[in-house]
This record gives sequence, structure tokens and C-alpha cells, in this order.
Amino acid sequence: MSFLSYLLSGLGLGSVYAIVAIGYTMVYGIAKMLNFAHGDIIMVGGYVAFYAFVRFGIPAWISIILSVVVCTILGVTIEKLAYKPLRKASSLSVLITAIGVSYFLENGAQLLFGTDTKIFPSLITEGSLKLFDGQLIISYLNIITIVCCLLIMALLTIFINKTKIGKAMRACAEDKDAAKLMGINVDSTISFTFAIGSGLAAVAAILLCSTYPSLSPTLGSMPGIKAFTAAVFGGIGSIPGALLGGLLLGIIETFTKAYISTQLSDAIVFAVLIIVLLIKPTGLLGKKENVKV
Amino acid sequence: MKKLLVVLLSIFCVFSLVGCGGSSNEEGTGDVESDVITIKLGCSGPLTGDAAVYGKAVENAAKLAVQEINDSDSKIKFDFKMEDDEADTEKAATAYSALYDWGMQVSLFTVTSGSGANVATLYDEDKIFALTPSGSSTALVYTDTTNYKGNFQMCFTDPNQGVASADYMKDKFADKKIAVIYKNDDVYSAGVYEKFDSQSKANGLNVVYVGSFTDDTSTDFSSQIQGAKDAGADLVYLPIYYQPASIILKQASDKDYAPIYFGIDGMDGILTLENFDTSLAEGVYLLTPFAADATDDATVHFVNAFENAYGEEPNQFAADAYDCVYAIKQALDNIGLDNIDPDNLYDAMIEQFTTMTFDGITGTSVTWAENGEVSKAPKAVVINNGVYVSAD
Amino acid sequence: MKNFIDILFGKKNIKRTISFAIVILAYVIITVLTNTIRVSRLFSSILVPVCCYIVLALSLNLCVGFSGELSLGHAGFMAVGGFTAIVVSGILSYSIPNTIIRLLIAIIAGGLVSGLFGLVISIPVLKLSGDYLAIVTLAFGQIIKSIINNVYLGYDAQGIHFSFVTNTIELAEGGRMLLLGPMGSVDVEKISSFTAGFILILFVLFVIYTLIGSKNGRAITAARDNRIAAESIGINITKTKTLAFVVSAVLAGMGGALYALNNTSLQPSKFDFNTSISILVYVVFGGLGNITGTIIATSILYVLPELLRSLQDYRMLIYSVVLIAIMLITNNTYLGQVIQKVKLIFMKKGDSHE
Repeated sequence: MSFLSYLLSGLGLGSVYAIVAIGYTMVYGIAKMLNFAHGDIIMVGGYVAFYAFVRFGIPAWISIILSVVVCTILGVTIEKLAYKPLRKASSLSVLITAIGVSYFLENGAQLLFGTDTKIFPSLITEGSLKLFDGQLIISYLNIITIVCCLLIMALLTIFINKTKIGKAMRACAEDKDAAKLMGINVDSTISFTFAIGSGLAAVAAILLCSTYPSLSPTLGSMPGIKAFTAAVFGGIGSIPGALLGGLLLGIIETFTKAYISTQLSDAIVFAVLIIVLLIKPTGLLGKKENVKV
Repeated sequence: MKKLLVVLLSIFCVFSLVGCGGSSNEEGTGDVESDVITIKLGCSGPLTGDAAVYGKAVENAAKLAVQEINDSDSKIKFDFKMEDDEADTEKAATAYSALYDWGMQVSLFTVTSGSGANVATLYDEDKIFALTPSGSSTALVYTDTTNYKGNFQMCFTDPNQGVASADYMKDKFADKKIAVIYKNDDVYSAGVYEKFDSQSKANGLNVVYVGSFTDDTSTDFSSQIQGAKDAGADLVYLPIYYQPASIILKQASDKDYAPIYFGIDGMDGILTLENFDTSLAEGVYLLTPFAADATDDATVHFVNAFENAYGEEPNQFAADAYDCVYAIKQALDNIGLDNIDPDNLYDAMIEQFTTMTFDGITGTSVTWAENGEVSKAPKAVVINNGVYVSAD
Repeated sequence: MKNFIDILFGKKNIKRTISFAIVILAYVIITVLTNTIRVSRLFSSILVPVCCYIVLALSLNLCVGFSGELSLGHAGFMAVGGFTAIVVSGILSYSIPNTIIRLLIAIIAGGLVSGLFGLVISIPVLKLSGDYLAIVTLAFGQIIKSIINNVYLGYDAQGIHFSFVTNTIELAEGGRMLLLGPMGSVDVEKISSFTAGFILILFVLFVIYTLIGSKNGRAITAARDNRIAAESIGINITKTKTLAFVVSAVLAGMGGALYALNNTSLQPSKFDFNTSISILVYVVFGGLGNITGTIIATSILYVLPELLRSLQDYRMLIYSVVLIAIMLITNNTYLGQVIQKVKLIFMKKGDSHE
């Protein structure tokens, strides 16, 4: 019974990683950049929802929408100001800029919101489902997180495959110059990708903070790294890969802590990751790119 | 362009760094005018980064105390300066140097243990008296080989707390099955756990589960909670800070797991978390020298003044820092205005601290041992209806 | 010896000469300054860390710039070198009281052990490429940190005692604990010095220039620029990449050793992802494959937050703004064109080598 319980907590943790990883992977797929500031947008999303709901007493669903809107605007603004001028620069320059943005958001949040930890309100639902005479307890939040995660993946997959802008995104991911020749506005497509990625970060923020209700300015850095790991694990650029990578990472982490060692869990989780990448060098669902001569 | 920028920046850097050397340490001799002495009081702590919450608490409280003293008719005034060390060993050394350049005469040492251990020798070498509000590792005040004569602590040490926890459990919870969840990459938490581990074995306590976490795994505790639950633990010992503890309490309650919780002084502050459901902390035991809800005049005054100034309830870091400033003032008062010799402050302060008795908000009749440890005994309290009640 | 002279003064190697000249000049100026006027404590206290980070940034540049492999776990090598040095220095403190010899042995030991780790890690790492390689180096950095975090090591008359995860060591009288798991090392004897750092930088420059000037070095850059073309002319890609990676690890370990022995107390948690990233920032700011640039960039970016101390809480915020601004300015295409034109005008007038 405790096995099932571990599995469910692993899935819960994994789906939070997965939602963050989807944002990472989308931006990577199209802009070919590792947006290290993604985790910090999650942090901003958490604070916006907190302030709206707790300090200003705005109803929960409006707080959530507000958080999504603020994050979307923030994401697009960052893209316009910091990343767009670097479109032709080397990928490492963009990476460093993203790190700069990440520092900026963390330190800005600290000045703006204070350093003390705040407890995130339960915007969604409380309580839990008790099965087998209370031996197996699943919180509703856990279920909602997993469902949200699957829903987002499904919607995104449909969006990317069926809509015009989705097709434009895929075209940009494939070949930017060719996409331009086909009359696709590459700049606005990339901005749009950032908008979606950042909006998703706000959703991730709500789910992450509701499950683990501790809000601090550096909240985003750890899930950021884990999500990056998950995205690569699943094959970076692939949306189903990010989902799979996130879920597996969460499960592996939980099981390691449960059955092997909590002291060494970091080492073991990353060792598993390395082994998987050695067997599948482009991640679980990543595409193998042939090098052209 | 890049090169030009680089050259300009490097010239700027070199000049400003060397430049500030010229005037250094000249003015740091204390202002002797109209019978008032101004002492330069320094402190380094994390003002940015993960641990900034502790640094800010110390900074705010120390500033408050300094303000009160400077506004009073006291002949001893303070000039307070806080430098950011990011809770990093390496930055602690540069922060110390910046304070030294400023002319620091007395210090509140460092806020965190890791940084403090790295600059303990510097304070010792430069003979600057230092009293840390919250650096609880013994490495700050003495090591196996040396005793840093002028380094003192206001909080009790990690080993002390580990031993006190195990002893208290022996008295009260000898028949309980105990689980421990500690932070395995934190000097403070690991230090307390190590002593608790050996003392609990000596005391014959029944520890059934030990789990840990690190910075990278400090979001989800469900495995550890499930582990403790499966092991049948009915007491969970949490030698950690209150932020992760608040998540553990929440996650355990979601799992319908309601053991007795036992925290240490890092748990203090859990009731001050904004928007925290205090019912979760009901019945939690913790070791603390300070309770923000205490009703004695000094504490009430401090808590009110702090809330007025900063809009939040002070935690134990703040209380310790506040006491540190007043303890230093008391020592200076004892030395006497006429006898304060800036060149010989170090020895005079050590003499005072090893002989005087101090009454503060974190303890009364506090004394210090030769090795720099404070005499405060960790006292167990239990949270009852949202307030601390003595657990004895 | 001839090789050494050639590296220092060879006419073909203007860039090398400039690198060495800058380092030596900086050392001379700083030494003269510290010995004549009273420089600030802050200035003298950052000298050794700056040297360490220069060494680390140079070693990472070998990996990222010359070999073209993005490594996100360089702090791991720094940690291996650092804690090896602490252990070696701690053990030898009984038999070798001379700190200079002890420091030398500790740095060499740190470099060797770190190189050994580099060799082991390079086997899986170099099978991958691009971001997958980056994530594996990140993973190794985390694994190393996590393992050191659980190592307990003590030394007494009976020799070395070792335990893992829990501390079960009981030392005899006069023994010392050198590694205390998460509590790291305390009471470390500070034996690093600025001069040692300076010599180490010179050594690293010598190694890197010798390597990249050699046949192997050309193979490394060829493999970076075009893997298939390099393979087709008979370059063993795995061998060259491994060489660069291991040398990079050795140098990083040496830098870590110097770093560790400049602290009284050090914890494994210091060597986290953030430290790896800040070294990477130095490298990218200095320019990939640009040795002199790396040295200058490291010095500036390390000193900058210290200069911003007067800004108090706004310090790191301003630092991040500066970081973004620098990246935007240096990568600005319009400005780049202007500079190119100015350069051309000067080129026509003078006989610049660039």
C-alpha cells in the first residue's frame, strides 16, 4: 500500500516538474535557447496569486487568471528586451543573458516582496480521497495536478498540430530561414511561444505552490533546474518527452528517497539520468538529428 | 567595443579598490566629542540569496536597537553597518574585509554558521570583539586546537541543542518511537542531528526512521513522511528551520499523519509565517530562548517596536540580534565612558563578557563561558492555542 | 626550455605574449602596491579568490571554448580538487611543516584526483553532444557534491579513517577530523597565497598554450569546428576530446585546491550549480577561446559585486542589470559594424596584427 502511496506522490511531484519542463522545452524547441529564467517566472506567478488572493482579497479564480496574465506579459517583455536583440548571437550569450534575467527577477522579487517566506493559500481544493480504510490517501490537489498536466499536454499538442500559428511554430523550430521565406513572421512566432511558455509557468506556479505552499524569492531556481533536467531527460524540444521526463524524474526521486537513501537521493537520481542518456543519447523521446556534411 | 569596455571597466575597478585603501581605518578610532563615544558596530550576513530572510531579520533588529540607543541619553552611541555575505564562506571573508576597511571596532560577527567559521580566525587575528546572534556552530568560538578568545555567541550551540533535545525526549517521550528528518547539506541542521544521534543512543531512545533532504530536494517531503509513518513513528524530530518544517506539517496533515513534532530553535518563527494555518503547528514542541508572544515588558516592547518599524513579527534571529546590541552596550557601559580606549577595546570587552550577567529578551541572568558559549539553557515550549507554553 | 621561451616571446605568438605580459604586469603592480601604500583589506582579500576563479575559468574555457563542449558541472571538479587538497594538507601537516611545499603537493594532488574523476566522467560524457552533454556534466556536478556531502574522513596516529553517510569514526588522541560530511572542513590551515595563485595562473597559461599550439590542440579545435571533416583526416575524436576534458579537469582541480586552502572552513554545498554557472559567465563574457579575455573578464566580474557594496540591498540587482547590459552591448550587431569600420581604418594606417 505504501508503494502506491509513493507512486502517487511521485506522480504529483513529477507532474509539477512536467508542467515547468513543457515551458522549457517549447521555448527551446523554437528559440533554441535554454531559458534559465523560466523558474523565476514561476516564482513571480506565485507571488502575484498570493498578493491578489491574500492581500487584496480577490476571488481565487480571478487571482489565477491575473497570475497567468502578469506572467504572460512579463515573459513577452523579457523576450522583447533581453532575448530578441540577441537573436543572432551565440547560444551561450543568450544563456548568460537568461541567467542575468534570472538573477534580476530573484533580487527584484526580494526587494519588492521581502525576504520572508509566505505560505501560499489553497486556491484550488483542500482535502483528500481516502481509499482502503484510510490506508491510501490521495489529496485532491494531487489528482488535479496530474489531470492538469495531461490536459495541458493534450491541448498543446492539438494546438501545435492543428492551428495555423502552431504550424508556424513548428516551421520555426525546423528552420527559421525557410519559415521566413514562407512568409511566417518569425519574431512574432517566437514572442508568441514565450507568451505560452510564461502563461504555463503561472499555471505551474499555482500547482507547485498549492502542493508545496512555501513562497520565497528563490522558489523558482530549484524546480527550474529539475525541469530543465526533466526536459532533457525526455528529449529536449519534445512536448510529450517533457511530460514523460518530468513524471519519471518525480517517480525516480520519490522512490529513491523511499527505498534507497534520502541522504544520497540527489546522487542516485542523477546517476539514473546519466544511465538513461547513455542508452538513449537524445533523451527518451528526442529526435535524432543527422549531421549534414 | 568589447575590449574598450573591458579596459575601462578594469581601470575603474582597480582604482576604486585601491582607492578606498588610503583612508581606511583612520577614522575608526571613535568619535570623542561632548562626552559621547560612537562605536562602529559591524555585522555580516546574507542580505541576498536563499538565506536573506535571516540576514534581514538580524539587520532590522540590530538597526532598531541601535536607533533606540542613539535616541536615548546614553553616552555610548553606535554606528551600525551590515555587509552582505550571501551566507557564503568566501563572501564572508570579503564582507569582513569591507567592514575592517570601514573601521569596525566591535562586531555582531556573522549571521550564519558556515560564514562565521571561515572568518573566526580573522576576528581572532585582528583582535576585534565579536558576538554572533545566530551562528550556532561551535567552530565560530572554538575548535579542537584553538579557543578564539574574543568570539562569543548569543544563541546556544548546535551540539547543546542536540543533547538537550535527546535529554528532554528521554524524560518525556522515552516510550515513543522517534523519526528524524534533517537537512543534510546544512551546517546547522546536520550539526544538531549528529549530536542528537549520539546522545539518543546513549539515552536509549528508540529512533525508528532517519530521513534527510538537501537544498535540491527541499520541496517535497512525502517520501520522508511516508517513511516515518510506515515505521510507526509517533514523534517526529525536526532539527531544521521553520520554512521546510511548515511544508512537512502541511504534507503530513494531508496524509492524515499526526505525530508529536519536536523542533529546535530553528522552528521558532513558524507562527510568524504570513498566511500560515497555525492550527497545523498546534502541539508542536520546540526549543527556544525567545517567544514573540511572551508577556514580559521587554519582549512586548521589542515586538511592538519591531512590528511598527518593519510591519512583521520578529523571529528569534531578530530577538538574538537585538539582545546582542544591548549586551554589547551593557559591556561598554560597564567599562565606563572614561575607560573606553579604542585600542584596547578587545581585552576590555572579553573581560566584561566573561564576568558580566545580562538580562535580555532571549534569556535572563545570561552569562558567557571563557570559550564564548552562552549559558542559556535550551528550554522546551509547546505551541498551545497559537502561543508558546512552557512544556515542563 | 626553448619551447618555453618561444611561448613567452615568440614573434608568431603575439596573443600569448600579451596574456603572459598582462598577468605578470598585474602581479608586479599589485605586489608593489601592497608593499608600498596601504591598500584596503578588501582589495587584498579578493586577490587569491580572483586567482582561483581565473584558473577555473581558463580551464572551463579549454573545455567550452576550444573543445566546444558545454560543461555545467565545473564546480564538481573544483570540489574534488579542493577537498583532496584539504585532506592532503591536513595529513601532511604533521610531517611537512613547510607550507610552501605542502601547498605545492596539495595542489598537485588536487589536480591529479580531479583529473582522475575527469577521465572517468569523460567516458559517458563524450558519448553525448550538445545539451545532453551539458545536462550530464550538470548531473556529475550534483553527484560529486552529493557524495562529498556524505564523506567523513579523519586522521590519527593509526592512519586514515573513512566512513560514508553516517559518521562512525572514533579517533585516537591527537587525531583530527578532516571531512565532516555536510559540515565540510573546519579549522583548515590557510596556506594559499597570492604569489602561489600567480604562479598557478602562469602554469595554467603555459599548459593551455602548449596544448592548443600542439598537434593535439589543432585536433581539438578541428574536432570542434567540424567533427566529420576532422574524422575524415584521421583525427581520433574521442581521444582528442578526452584529452581536452581531462586537462580541463586537472586544471580545475588545481584551482579548487588553491581555493580550498584559502579558507578556514569550507562546505560541500559551496560547489553547487550556481558556482558552475558563475564560472561559465566569466568564460562567456571573456570570449570563448579567448584566454586574455577570460582573465580580464573574471577579474572584473568578480570584483564588480564587491564594488557595488555601497548599494546595499540593490547590489545584486544592479549586478544582474550590468550582466544583461554587457551581453546586449557586446552582441549588438549595429555597434559591431561600427567597430569593424573603425578597425579597418586603423588597419590601413598602422600595421596592427589583428
